[in-house]
Amino acid sequence: MAGTASAGAICVAGCSCRSSSRWEFLSDAQAETLAALADQIIPEDDFPSASQAGVIVYIDRQLMGPYRRHRDAYQAGFESADRISREFCGVALAQAPPPIRQEVTSALAEQRSDFFELAREHIMEGYYGSPRHGGNRDAVSWRMLGLEEPPLRGRAKYDLSKGAGS
Amino acid sequence: MNRANAVIVGAGAAGGIVAKELSTAGLSVVLFERGPWYTPADCRKDDLRNQRTTVLGNAFGPEDRGFPRVVVDAGGVARIVRPSDNAYQNNAACVGVGTLSYGAQAWRYMPQDFRMKSVYGTPPGSSLEDWPIGYEDLEPFYDQAEYEIGISGDYAPDPFHGPRRRGLPMPPLPPNREWEILEPAARRLGLHPFAIPMLRNSVPYNDRGPCMRCRWCVGFACEVDAKNGSQNTVIPQALATGNCRLRTRCTAMEILMDESGHACGVEYIDENGRRERQLSDIVVVSACAIESARLLLNSKSRLFPNGLGNRYDQVGRHLQGHYYTGALGYFDRDTYDDIGPGASIAVCDYNHGTPGLCGGGMLANEFIRLPIHMIDRLPPGTPRWGHGHKQAMREWHRRTIIVMGPTQQIPTAEARVTLDPAVKDKWGAPVARIQGNCHPHTFEIGTVQAQRAQTWLQEAGAIHTTLMNSRPQMISAGQHQAGTCRMGTDPRNSVVNQSCQLHDVDNVFVIDGSVHVSNGGFNPALTIMAIAYYASGALLRGWKGARYRS
Ligand SMILES: Cc1cc2nc3c(=O)[nH]c(=O)nc-3n(C[C@H](O)[C@H](O)[C@H](O)COP(=O)(O)OP(=O)(O)OC[C@H]3O[C@@H](n4cnc5c(N)ncnc54)[C@H](O)[C@@H]3O)c2cc1C
Ligand code: SF4
Repeated sequence: MAGTASAGAICVAGCSCRSSSRWEFLSDAQAETLAALADQIIPEDDFPSASQAGVIVYIDRQLMGPYRRHRDAYQAGFESADRISREFCGVALAQAPPPIRQEVTSALAEQRSDFFELAREHIMEGYYGSPRHGGNRDAVSWRMLGLEEPPLRGRAKYDLSKGAGS
Repeated sequence: MNRANAVIVGAGAAGGIVAKELSTAGLSVVLFERGPWYTPADCRKDDLRNQRTTVLGNAFGPEDRGFPRVVVDAGGVARIVRPSDNAYQNNAACVGVGTLSYGAQAWRYMPQDFRMKSVYGTPPGSSLEDWPIGYEDLEPFYDQAEYEIGISGDYAPDPFHGPRRRGLPMPPLPPNREWEILEPAARRLGLHPFAIPMLRNSVPYNDRGPCMRCRWCVGFACEVDAKNGSQNTVIPQALATGNCRLRTRCTAMEILMDESGHACGVEYIDENGRRERQLSDIVVVSACAIESARLLLNSKSRLFPNGLGNRYDQVGRHLQGHYYTGALGYFDRDTYDDIGPGASIAVCDYNHGTPGLCGGGMLANEFIRLPIHMIDRLPPGTPRWGHGHKQAMREWHRRTIIVMGPTQQIPTAEARVTLDPAVKDKWGAPVARIQGNCHPHTFEIGTVQAQRAQTWLQEAGAIHTTLMNSRPQMISAGQHQAGTCRMGTDPRNSVVNQSCQLHDVDNVFVIDGSVHVSNGGFNPALTIMAIAYYASGALLRGWKGARYRS
């Protein structure tokens, strides 16, 4: 299930293909590759997967901004992920069945490739970071961690008559 | 404004105080700040872009483009870094600087911190020295900072602090859950825990309200303006005198010299990118340790071909900060109560007095755990990705405590700021090149401190602990940067005298963390503030009513 969880978030095979990508930087194909990887890093369980929570939007947006400098690394990384996937099962990562996706991710992780480390970090940022940047839709990860959202601000929780210390 | 009595470069912790002291005394002051003035309305609690977690950039400057630095690692490899890169050693660039977004721990150094050489000797290869002034010289000014800027806390349970004339103006905030877990454990270990003194309103003070204890504090501005810094105290006071003009988005490029070897003002780039001059009788450099050194080095003239105050190649040396070590404890129950500012409890039992160690450091609980911090802080053996990782995030996010602290750093003359021979900023001035590391004994102290933190967590019931004491490959100066314009009596091994005045030029003062001879086992801001009050007094005593000539 995790493997196709990206369906809601991005244009999947089967929907009418548009000529221009709906992403700011990524091509549709790259977005699918990234979603396949991201949903291995943070799969769906009781809570959404990475791509369901908007992580692809996050990374795509940052590649137009502060992560411009990582564009080449992503391009090369997508290619190497697809290459490994083809070696395993003959098709690119986004088309591979979920068990293969997991194997490809493991292979990338074992290599400790720069791309894997970079993508892992960015996927985590998108999922666990502020929703204002496009990921962590509806602050879903914060809720998952037990953080009230919006945060309860103010003094309701505290007994201000008590002072610290002795 | 035409000629001013004083130009101050940098509206940070120290610069703001100097501006207030001089303008109150009637001097005309121009205060230059390279960054803008943010207000509480600019407070965005953005966990990916603040002043401590900068994955998407610095919230309060400098911006990533146009202001690189060069850092040289232990292997001698130089690389260009941008301001949001950790290796850049950033503080901030805005009115108030760090004091806008800091954690606001407000420590006095201990008397021994000013006499490190006398107490411990100088470890071979280090440049550990005594300060030319002592705790007793600064005590009145610590007090002034505590009351004027505003500090909450209670030193009573701590037997280790230096003599104080009175308590703090505000009581500590009520305890949080980490306090309740850590306090009895510390007592069982025979330690003396107490509430961290904080530059934060716990009750209404200085016409502003108290802390409302929101989720994220350190690294963020405060939306209720309860954090006390120069931007909401001394700088508005300076402006209210009518004698001080604040020039934001204006960057000083060079201190100008006249033919007789006196400074006569600064050249600066204004908010529109134009190169201008501001003439003055006095120049005060308060640009923070790295940029203050750079400004002096970039001020070359006929009499000072190697930079101002740099006759003996001392400017930029002894760069220091703090090497942080500690431990992370995992608990079988919730430790997190989502109540800011988070850090609450400290012990100073370990700052001095351990045989074989040149000092130690304060230990305290950490401020915050952003969700993003947790991804690589899960118990050893946790999968780095996939279901297991996600599950562990849920399990542990609310069940950890970090205890850590700033290790007394043993300085070396080789850890230093110079000018990079090739790389320039967007206005064409050579950028700071940072190289060297602290003395290896620092790491020995840090390791013992980490073990002490671990013991405290274990006593508090941690079911598992990990030490946090990896050794950085370069100096960790960053937010706590200090030491580059050492205070001393001998021009051959220091840059300024005990009044923070350049040995070489009597109307140029360096007043900020640069003058620290050693940096204590504490966060430095309160000491920087005390020095600013102290040095302003010395400066004013030498002010003869018009031009400055001592
Ligand atoms: C997130 C964070 C948390 C912190 N937490 C704590 C804490 O809990 N306790 C503590 O004690 N300290 C803390 N600090 C550190 C504290 O803020 C610094 O120690 C302190 O601000 C340094 O004071 P300073 O006067 O030396 O320099 P600064 O306050 O850095 O002032 C230097 C100013 O000069 C400006 N400037 C530099 N070059 C130029 C130029 N050429 N022209 C014009 N302007 C220039 C800079 O923009 C800056 O505004 C924290 C800092 C940060 C960023
Ligand atoms: S914890 Fe208190 S001082 Fe810190 S930002 Fe929140 S309200 Fe302000």
